[in-house]
Amino acid sequence: MDAPVKKKLRVATTSLAGCFGCHMSFLDIDEHLFELVELVEFDRSPLTDIKEVGDCDLGLIEGGLCNAENVHVLREFRARCKKLVALGACAVNGGLPAQRNHLKLTEILEEVYHTSPGITQGLIPNDPELPLPLDKVHPLHEVVKIDWFIPGCPPSGEAIWKALTDIAAGRDPQLGFGVLRYD
Amino acid sequence: MHDQERDVASALAPILARWRNDPTALVQILRETQEALDWISPQAIEFIRRALALPHAKIEGVAGFYSFFYTRPRGRYRVLFADNIVERMQGGAALLERMCRNLWVEQGKVSEDGLVSVDTTSCIGMSDQGPALLVNNLSVPNLDEARVDRLCELIRGAVPLADWPAELFAVADNVRRRDVLLDAGLRPGDALRAARARIDRVGTEASNTRSWREGLPQGVAGPAALIDELRRSGLRGRGGAGFSTALKWDACRNAPVPEGGCRIVVCNADEGEPGTFKDRVLLNSHADLVFEGMTVAALAVGARRGFLYLRGEYRYLLDKLEGVLARRRAAGLLGPAILGMAGADFDIEIHVGAGAYVCGEESALIESLEGKRGTPRNRPPFPVTHGYLGLPTVVDNVETLACSALIALNGGDWFAGIGTEASTGTKLLSVSGDVAAPGVYEFPFGVTVAEVLEAAGARDAQAVQVGGPSGTCVGEAEFGRRIAFEDVPSAGAFMVFDRRRDMFEVARNFAHFFAHESCGFCTPCRVGTSLLKNLMDKLANGHGSPYDFAEIEKMNHILQQMSHCGLGHSACNPVLDTIARFRPAYERRLSNRSFEPAFDLDRALAPARQMTGRDDAGAHLAIHGEEAK
Amino acid sequence: MSQTFTLDGEEIPFRDGQTIIQAAHDAGRWIPHLCYHPEFKPHGSCKLCTVTVNGRHMASCTTQAAAGQTVESDTEALNGERRTLLQMLFVEGNHFCPSCEKSGDCKLQATAYELGMMTPHFDHFYPSRPVDASHPEVLLDFNRCILCSLCVRASRDVDGKCVFALSGRGIGTKLVVNAASGRLADTDAAIGDKALEVCPVGVILKKRRGFAVPIGERTYDKAPISETEE
Repeated sequence: MDAPVKKKLRVATTSLAGCFGCHMSFLDIDEHLFELVELVEFDRSPLTDIKEVGDCDLGLIEGGLCNAENVHVLREFRARCKKLVALGACAVNGGLPAQRNHLKLTEILEEVYHTSPGITQGLIPNDPELPLPLDKVHPLHEVVKIDWFIPGCPPSGEAIWKALTDIAAGRDPQLGFGVLRYD
Repeated sequence: MHDQERDVASALAPILARWRNDPTALVQILRETQEALDWISPQAIEFIRRALALPHAKIEGVAGFYSFFYTRPRGRYRVLFADNIVERMQGGAALLERMCRNLWVEQGKVSEDGLVSVDTTSCIGMSDQGPALLVNNLSVPNLDEARVDRLCELIRGAVPLADWPAELFAVADNVRRRDVLLDAGLRPGDALRAARARIDRVGTEASNTRSWREGLPQGVAGPAALIDELRRSGLRGRGGAGFSTALKWDACRNAPVPEGGCRIVVCNADEGEPGTFKDRVLLNSHADLVFEGMTVAALAVGARRGFLYLRGEYRYLLDKLEGVLARRRAAGLLGPAILGMAGADFDIEIHVGAGAYVCGEESALIESLEGKRGTPRNRPPFPVTHGYLGLPTVVDNVETLACSALIALNGGDWFAGIGTEASTGTKLLSVSGDVAAPGVYEFPFGVTVAEVLEAAGARDAQAVQVGGPSGTCVGEAEFGRRIAFEDVPSAGAFMVFDRRRDMFEVARNFAHFFAHESCGFCTPCRVGTSLLKNLMDKLANGHGSPYDFAEIEKMNHILQQMSHCGLGHSACNPVLDTIARFRPAYERRLSNRSFEPAFDLDRALAPARQMTGRDDAGAHLAIHGEEAK
Repeated sequence: MSQTFTLDGEEIPFRDGQTIIQAAHDAGRWIPHLCYHPEFKPHGSCKLCTVTVNGRHMASCTTQAAAGQTVESDTEALNGERRTLLQMLFVEGNHFCPSCEKSGDCKLQATAYELGMMTPHFDHFYPSRPVDASHPEVLLDFNRCILCSLCVRASRDVDGKCVFALSGRGIGTKLVVNAASGRLADTDAAIGDKALEVCPVGVILKKRRGFAVPIGERTYDKAPISETEE
């Protein structure tokens, strides 16, 4: 049987409350990058500089949710992407930013802007351009439905490649020993 | 500081002396400490630690387990409103708010002057005369606004509890239907005399004489005869599981006793299943029958020590029960050589619980009797062979023991003639909720749900929660079913809900109950009951989606399959039952979205809005995101 | 050793008094577990070692082996249920592996790898739990406690002390130390105590030893827990 010409997966990526380390790791798939461009085409992503996410097959999201803008972007991705992948520790469980969760946001803002010496002269920035922080940092799955998860801080290039090829082949990602990592 | 230490010492020394510095009495010592000092202070823990030679961590571990122990100041008056669904329906929550307002205190906190705290607790066994509360563990039923205002005055005036009008604490039996048990009118000692006679008559037929060889002296070869009588009666445990009492007694009687030990009989009066209060009535008005049943059990198995484990919520019955025990000792019905039978030595000690439903599970109860955290044990071995301090122990429900006394008196065949073939005798039902006459109803087993509803004057009932949250929710279509082990078993609760009631809210109240009462020992129950509670709250708060419904079903499965004890196994019952029978109550709470967060995202921005003073569009989040296009 | 039961179809011999997990281990079969440790009295609280015995779910660490039992362990259904238990443990505490010095040597993490846990799945509890750095040699980070009580048992049964105990109830259950101050420094805990060695996760940590072993050479970097465990 003739295989039909395989349509490339249209993929968008973004980093929310993350450090872009997962994106760096994504680039770390080395020679697989050549295979990757055969497999996928990129929509909104730091790699393309497209600002608005279009209709995609897959969204890869790094980082958790620490402010209102993160929520907007995540919701946009959820609306536009058929499937969403939480990429990396922060997206999966809040990660490092979530370590503020045992503190009260009001106390944090007090400490940072009122108590500690700084440049705001004791005022908490209130420019409407700035996204407001949420009271707690949340992983993605607590706010929208997430289809797949790739843990790791960051996930290795190998883990990302394995997960993507599994997804492209229509399988749930399976990361075996040494590839599935939380650190 | 020194004064404080002196106060602690003078308060605790008599308590520790009364309990003979016995570490196995730790729960009792802590309870009395709390009563004497209003809380369990670090100084008190230090004093107890030295007296009992126990590690600090062990005392802290035990004190931290029980809801009624406070290791931080909790006020001179500690008010706990019963928060069972029935009390909710009776308006308990509004009365709690009223009291908090009157006393200027926030629920769950201590008033600024350290005088009073107001909070909720699980069912306190007063659903027939609720709303009700506990103040320093004494029950005040029949609350209304006037009574709450009166309580507030007494508290504000710092009137000592002992000087409060007795009328406030008056608890009615509310017996609405009597049968053989409540009508027995037993004279103290009758059942024991009948048991002695039975021993003399058929003792030689005893199939197993090991018990008397080990526990009882020559000449009293009768225990097997008593157990044979019990076997003929077909008596099954009234606590819910329905295990054959004769089998249990026989196993205990046949279990070897370690050197220097003895067999133990425990009466489980930790009537914690919400909506159950029949043991309250038995203990209040038929205590002799219960103690006589314990003594019959002791004779049958050859036990020398007995315990009544009284739930902390029934603390108000303690003095009365101690009085009954003293009277029975004076009458030769307890103590050495009961009724002059040489070697028939048996006495009963009362231990009072401290707000832990799980202690109704027999092995957790035994742990608590031993002065430990009430964590259910790994089984086997079972208590009948390795119970209290590793000794063979029978643990029976209050009602079971009362029945045993009747069987000793009237014979097993007589008892077996009542009820159904598989469920002999009668059952005390604690009827509450939407009925004209809540109270205790004694019916022969086999009575239909409809017959009970009719007797109690229920109109327009849509469901009955039989046996409490861990029992069965019976819908209208099943009102023809029978209360019996072979059909709808019951530990006694019979909570009626008419058509005004939202059965989802009933199940949600029970989910909260189980999360509060999980002992925390095993992962599935410790975390699962909280997750289930959160999911039910998520639906209640309007954030539910079909995703959450699937999650609820998954949690039910995990709780049922993986939990350590019956609490976890049955924690999902009310949810499963109401899903099966009242699915629309769930479905109307589910949005058609594929997923919704459990929390309100806009509210999650509120602290930041407040701190920055912003209220522009960007300072808010819509409740829902964009749906897929 | 003439008696046997079957474990996933394989005949497993056992001695009288052995539990299912002990017999399985002797036969070289691994059953996931966290609160079980061969040197201590079984506890049966984590429930990760749950198997089915003649179709019924039982904790294999507290269930006696018996001739003719049909035991199933490595099935998709049971592993799925175990994964759910792991997820419960992950969301109940604060488990941030990247910043945990036990990472790579942690049994919770390694077991989750083994069972292919890709996400904690549930909403996180993010409890507020303290860290106790009072002791000169040992750090306690209660954020990671899974309440297995191995330290409690080791202190009591091996060290003859009572450095650790559980307090609280339900979801509020917590590990406490034996001092009125609540500080480990004020207990009789000492280096060399078994209790300080048995923590399967990153609660009880020796100070100044963190991250000494490079990534790639830690216990569960080298082999999965199913091939490593004692």
